[in-house]
Amino acid sequence: MSAVSEAVTSSAMRTREATVRRFALTDTIFRAATRASAILVLVILGGVAISLIAGSWEALSKFGLSFLTTEAWNPVTENFGALAPIYGTVVTSAIAIIIAVPIGIGIAIFLTELCPRPLRRPIGIAVELLAGIPSIIYGIWGLFVFAPFLQTTVQPFIINLFHGIPGLSSLFAGPPYGIGLLTSSLILAIMVLPFITSITKDVFDTVPAVLKESAYGIGCTTWEVTRRVTIPYTRIGIMGGVMLGLGRALGETMAVTFVIGNAHRISASLFAPGTTISATIANEFTEADGDLYTSSLVSLGLILFIITFLILAIARYMLMRIDSRTGA
Amino acid sequence: MSTAASLHQSRKRKNAVMMALCVIAAGIGLAWLALILGALLYKGLTGVSLSVFTEMTPPPGDAGGLLNAIYGSIVMTIIGVVVGTPIGVLAGTYMAEYGRFSRLTTVVRFINDILLSAPSIIVGLFVYELMVRPMGHFSAIAGAVSLSILVIPVVVRTTEDMLNLVPNALREAGTAIGAPRWVVIRSVAYRAALSGIVTGILLAIARISGETAPLLFTALNNQFWSSNLNAPMASLPVTIFQFALSPYEEWQQLAWTGALIITLTVLGLSIIARSLTGRREDR
Repeated sequence: MSAVSEAVTSSAMRTREATVRRFALTDTIFRAATRASAILVLVILGGVAISLIAGSWEALSKFGLSFLTTEAWNPVTENFGALAPIYGTVVTSAIAIIIAVPIGIGIAIFLTELCPRPLRRPIGIAVELLAGIPSIIYGIWGLFVFAPFLQTTVQPFIINLFHGIPGLSSLFAGPPYGIGLLTSSLILAIMVLPFITSITKDVFDTVPAVLKESAYGIGCTTWEVTRRVTIPYTRIGIMGGVMLGLGRALGETMAVTFVIGNAHRISASLFAPGTTISATIANEFTEADGDLYTSSLVSLGLILFIITFLILAIARYMLMRIDSRTGA
Repeated sequence: MSTAASLHQSRKRKNAVMMALCVIAAGIGLAWLALILGALLYKGLTGVSLSVFTEMTPPPGDAGGLLNAIYGSIVMTIIGVVVGTPIGVLAGTYMAEYGRFSRLTTVVRFINDILLSAPSIIVGLFVYELMVRPMGHFSAIAGAVSLSILVIPVVVRTTEDMLNLVPNALREAGTAIGAPRWVVIRSVAYRAALSGIVTGILLAIARISGETAPLLFTALNNQFWSSNLNAPMASLPVTIFQFALSPYEEWQQLAWTGALIITLTVLGLSIIARSLTGRREDR
């Protein structure tokens, strides 16, 4: 009797042990799989960096640092410099941010302070839908609708308006092509607007109601509450959102490729065609013959990668600081 | 008394001006969306016909459709999602479950957020160096890989966020009845976070279905029907890019129609994704 029950218990123990071992093994495998996937994210970024450095080696070792300061871009004589694309990238992104930041913050204030509650969510979603539209749509719209509009109405008006005024007249010098640096900047401004708006709105929502209510309580107007309480409290978050938008603008490819004109020169006029790093790569990469040409284009990619990496890292750092404050 | 009153008046005036500016800003944002969608509908709808979905992309100056481009886009998007989603979900699982407080998670989260907004053309260059150059030719599979690299960060982010929202009491209940960790994750955490994870996948599909830059020099383009994954393949965005910049009217019309198709797809996916998690946000 007791021998039988002992046998039963020990066989149950064995199955139990086997099950526990199996569970432990599956758990170890699953854990390892998740960990490997997480590490893969790091490997991808590392791979991007390594492949860009390897691909740009030939051009960078031939031209050295002068690659950054040369304006020439001549596939025939194989003389390449990155100055014109870097200039175009920086100028278009800077103008885009200057236009988009006040409008984005304005929309965020509208959504958090003024908008009737039933409309708040639909309008917020509509602005975020703007962010989801693929950049090629902005490009085709910019080329066929926006650029002709600028060419026939806005640009001639501005050229006439500033004619003869030193400084401004060379900044807005004709002929009105429609496409060019300013057109690209305006399209970029439309594209980064939703990012800046939604992040600004999110960080505005982190302001404790007590802070705002106490300001209202001593008789502040809505603008004073926004200016003196909300914006100072969320300054880092807003900066993070702006930097994130800047990162987007710097790397934006297709929309800019349509409307920038792809001209490798630096012009004083914002109406002149130019080029950006990403537009140059998109336009010329498949046509590039010769290793040095390809390598120069990859070098442009490496420069863009470094610039956007730094900008995005700063942006994330700032947004993380706001996150940890709300978490505390 | 009068200075106080005038100060009060000027503060109110300033408030009214600034608030009016904010309303105008919101108006500009919405008007822009309306303008773009309006132009798309106006220019795109005129070209919509059955032949768009049944005929191949035409040679210059001819009528035709977008069938091979639509097919190529669907194929590469599916492969990209099928490859990218499991990696993204597993990485997100590690960050929210096994390694929630580990140093690795902090680093991965930071790098993932950077990948999330990194220029997609850089991904194209990476895959060109990784696959196209060693293989010696452009291919659909290279295009799909570059799309999957864009899928991963979106899925990682949403999976981690959604798993972090699952209450710990649910996990503890699972552990208390003796379920091992991975069973708890699979049957409790995944189930509770399912709608959020699906949202992330839909958003990722929305993102890659309009991506052009990473396909330009990985999948290239193809004027003809091709289902060979080892050969260049057409895609809707690249076809739009090529056709829109061409001087031929038929091609430009097809580009508009293609743009309309992509936009409706992307907007539809985003709206479905939002409605899946909408109730949670309201709370």
